[in-house]
Amino acid sequence: MGKGVSAGTRQLVSIEPIEARGDLRLTRITKSYGDFKAVDDLTLTIPKGSFFALLGPSGCGKTTTLRMVAGLEEPTVGSIHLGETDITTTRAYQRPINTVFQNYALFPHLTIFENIAFGLRRRGIKDVNEQVAKVLSLVELPHLADRKPTQLSGGQQQRIALARAIVNRPALLLLDEPLGALDLKLRRQMQIELKWIQREVGLTFVHVTHDQEEAMTMADTIAVMSEGKIEQMGSPADLYDNPQTTFVANFLGQSNLIKGRIDGGDGDNLVVDLFGQKIAMPKSRSHAIDNSLYAGIRPEKFRISRVGSPVRGNTLTGGRVEDVSYIGVSTQYVVAMPWGQELMIFEQNDDGVPPFDKDEEVVISWEPGFTFGLRGDEDIEAGTEVEPEEQAE
Amino acid sequence: MSVKIKDASVPVIPFKARLSRWFGRNLLRIYMVFGFTYLFIPVAYTFAFSFNDSGKSNLVWKGFTFRNWQNPCGAPEVCTALGNSIKIGFLATLFSTILGTLIAFAIGRYKFKGRSTSNLLIFLPMATPEIVLGASLLSLFLVFKINPGFWPTVIAHVMFCISFVVVTVKARIASLDPRLEQAAMDLYANEIETFRRVTLPLVAPGIAGAALLAFSLSFDDFIITNFNSGTLITFPKFVYVSAARGIPAQANVIGSAMFFLALAIVVAGQLVNRKKSR
Repeated sequence: MGKGVSAGTRQLVSIEPIEARGDLRLTRITKSYGDFKAVDDLTLTIPKGSFFALLGPSGCGKTTTLRMVAGLEEPTVGSIHLGETDITTTRAYQRPINTVFQNYALFPHLTIFENIAFGLRRRGIKDVNEQVAKVLSLVELPHLADRKPTQLSGGQQQRIALARAIVNRPALLLLDEPLGALDLKLRRQMQIELKWIQREVGLTFVHVTHDQEEAMTMADTIAVMSEGKIEQMGSPADLYDNPQTTFVANFLGQSNLIKGRIDGGDGDNLVVDLFGQKIAMPKSRSHAIDNSLYAGIRPEKFRISRVGSPVRGNTLTGGRVEDVSYIGVSTQYVVAMPWGQELMIFEQNDDGVPPFDKDEEVVISWEPGFTFGLRGDEDIEAGTEVEPEEQAE
Repeated sequence: MSVKIKDASVPVIPFKARLSRWFGRNLLRIYMVFGFTYLFIPVAYTFAFSFNDSGKSNLVWKGFTFRNWQNPCGAPEVCTALGNSIKIGFLATLFSTILGTLIAFAIGRYKFKGRSTSNLLIFLPMATPEIVLGASLLSLFLVFKINPGFWPTVIAHVMFCISFVVVTVKARIASLDPRLEQAAMDLYANEIETFRRVTLPLVAPGIAGAALLAFSLSFDDFIITNFNSGTLITFPKFVYVSAARGIPAQANVIGSAMFFLALAIVVAGQLVNRKKSR
């Protein structure tokens, strides 16, 4: 072992022939297979050093996008830049980009040590032993160096796959559903660990997933994809609190979307007519293009109260409790509204008020500022019918 | 080893029930014993008669001796025949393994026009009766004015071995996760390095199996060889010809030796595999 080498002062190893570092820019990328467009005119910038998630259901084009960045597919149209360098047509092995594959793709005939050393050896790096030892201790598995991949558990294989990629100090680390094969508990643990490692090594992570919770836990920025396009991009809180399309509203968490008409407004607020009941919402949170809109409210933003008790903010009357599920931390209600729609309400069990009974008449209220407005011509079911557990490809 | 303690309180199961239960548990084992007996009686017979102190004919047991094993080339021409068979087998294995592996990669890995047709045609030599193949090859050689002999036999063997190599190697390639090669490319290995360091090592067991198969097919082929080898004597031809007069015990010695060699290779392969996967 060499002396005086610390992770902080260590110089980045050179990668030939491209030495590009910087933001990743996808410009007007389209990938067609015959008539089918897997990725459709996609433009995207991923800032250097960020933890970026591409989130979407299977078949939305997120994996294809990742493979184009990795160099395993070539875009039909468009260009990919890393920093100032155009990498659109460079081969996968020429790009300073490494991938953690779904199901890890560890080389079964090589030891863990040789798996991790693979990229270093191909680039002719000298201190292979030292670097492999260091990354093995980063993922806390130094004792497994001489094993074969098949002798490792799923979680261990996952970490080795990660180590094999980050040992190369790539400009960009791509993670293709990296936690998909792990059980729930291990996945939670790895989510935290991945985030920690990303901060520790300071690399740009691009993470592809269909699991909205995973994306929200880890990423700084999420791009929600559907049918080859980006639906919306922003911080997890942004996407959740102010979705711009019905797809995002439904795919990220649950939403109550109520059909309505804009019925005037004053200054910063809009007045919206929901089946004869007037509510208010901030103008800035409406993405409607005409008078027709969906008023969106997250289930936990609703308050539920007995008829006659005092309420604040927007109110909707005439609701009747259809179903009550007590789940400890909260109680979930399904409330049938006079216009036939069922609304979902999550009520924290923190006020000592006994849960409402089935068939009880209730009033629903919420703060106007939590309302978001979506275009009334969109599909209200978009993003709900997707099977989130389905694997891509 | 565990010590069995008899417990008086355990109810005694009637003998008949125990017997039927024993059969139920061991039926598969009994079947297996019969199956292997059926398969190995001829081998055991050949092996036993390699120790026969026979005169000219090796049909009747006349007494035990090691003489045949001490002098396997004792019978006239037996070792010449064996040498020819090994040479032909080696060359046929070499060429058919190389060509067959390349074809297997082409069919297994690439999309091209006529791929499914090639896939089908590759099976034809396996499905065609050997007698037809042998006869048509002979007439083909004669049309081109090539006399039957060593090289025509090699060419004939390469031809029918290729199909088996392709099928065997292709199966291995099909089981190979393409993501492993993508991972290698992702980790800075170019096409050649990816092939050398990832693809080839992973397909190697399939190629080795195909080579063994090719050799054994070539080694004991009689029909096609008989048509195309002319006056050249191979081991199967030697056995066939001497069958009329009585097969010498040396043939049993060589046959048994080949069997044990093959067995040793298979066992060694298994051991290596087990060690690798541990």
